[in-house]
Amino acid sequence: MAPSASDDFIKGLWRDNPVFVQVLGMCPVLAVSNSALNALTMGLATSFVLCLSSLLVASLRAFIPAEVRIACYVLIIASFVTVVDYLIQAISLELHAALGAFISLIVVNCLILARAEAFASRNTPLRALLDALGMGLGFTFALLCLGAVREILGMGSLFGIALFGEAFQPWVVMILPGGGFFTLAAWLLLITGLKRRRARPQGA
Amino acid sequence: MRATDSNSAFAMYRALVGTGCVCALLVVFTYLLTAPLIAQKRSAALHEAVFAVLPGTTATLALHANDQGELGLLEHGAATPLYLGLDAGGRITGLAISAQGMGYQDLIRLLYDYAPDRGRVIGLKVLDSRETPGLGDRIHHDRAFLAAFEDLQIPLSADDGRVQQPITIRSGPHRQPWQFDAITGATISSQAVARILSQSSALWAPLIWRNQETLQGIASRAEGARHGP
Repeated sequence: MAPSASDDFIKGLWRDNPVFVQVLGMCPVLAVSNSALNALTMGLATSFVLCLSSLLVASLRAFIPAEVRIACYVLIIASFVTVVDYLIQAISLELHAALGAFISLIVVNCLILARAEAFASRNTPLRALLDALGMGLGFTFALLCLGAVREILGMGSLFGIALFGEAFQPWVVMILPGGGFFTLAAWLLLITGLKRRRARPQGA
Repeated sequence: MRATDSNSAFAMYRALVGTGCVCALLVVFTYLLTAPLIAQKRSAALHEAVFAVLPGTTATLALHANDQGELGLLEHGAATPLYLGLDAGGRITGLAISAQGMGYQDLIRLLYDYAPDRGRVIGLKVLDSRETPGLGDRIHHDRAFLAAFEDLQIPLSADDGRVQQPITIRSGPHRQPWQFDAITGATISSQAVARILSQSSALWAPLIWRNQETLQGIASRAEGARHGP
């Protein structure tokens, strides 16, 4: 049975989540998830690039020969990354500075090229858009999961709003690179545990 | 066979050129749309940074240099790399100078505070860079690195005010007053900062040295205008 449009959208959110299941795009996941706002912005920026590049790749799929497809995909992705780079600068220079070179590095996020090659180039623009939207939201959700935990434990705040009193001693390691690995490991452990529990036969 | 090859080559050219044109239009359109907004935000950020690198400053004046090397007040709103800082008593707190140069992979924009009476750089802030995350981008926030710019000498010739020793990274066991230590793992970015500072100070420090009286005059007039007739 052919997958429905809703399957295309939903699979990226949980079943094939790009971070927790496919373990793709780890560089920004670990580096930029030191606060919830950075994680959300990077997630939305990646989703924006993913959706628009998938839409364009799917729209031009009959026009692009197989021999030059990767060059064309990279060109399309790089253009949308440049667009998102300008847009973030126009919205907030502080946010742009906080995300640093990671915005430019969206170009080499294997998630985007993987979806262009594996899905968008073989499906209609609508299905490619739904797939990209699901994957993008799944990526944003995963980044937000990491960013929220790291900011709460590392700074005692969420989206800059202090959650604990003066007595709270922040776990500085959580906002350092090591904290990214610890948090990702904890989330992977939790999600794998939940999946195994659901897969276990009832009454066993 | 030859016709198929030719068709295939044409299809590849068509795809690459066509995709390139679509992408170029997209980037140009976005640039035109966002450029004024980005310029406005950069100008506001630069203004904030000027106050940040000039401690004790309550007012700033934008300056420019004419072709004869004379400094003067700049008309309102125009872009300039030179700002004169004044404290509450109308005394000069320093000159904030913006400079830029190529870093590891893109431009580094920075602002430094030059105290003309002492001939020293007394503060530095990196405004913008795209240096490698975790390595080169430490020029933004590495405390030991930034602390070196709180007292960095620019030795000038007593005759014509030319820079005698350019700012460099320390190479020997002893640090000279015009040298600073590079960040381990960010040598290229540190060298870029040294080069930017060295080139900028070679241009501005002699000019400021020759215009010290002019600067005092500008500060006095600004103080007079502040208190009114």
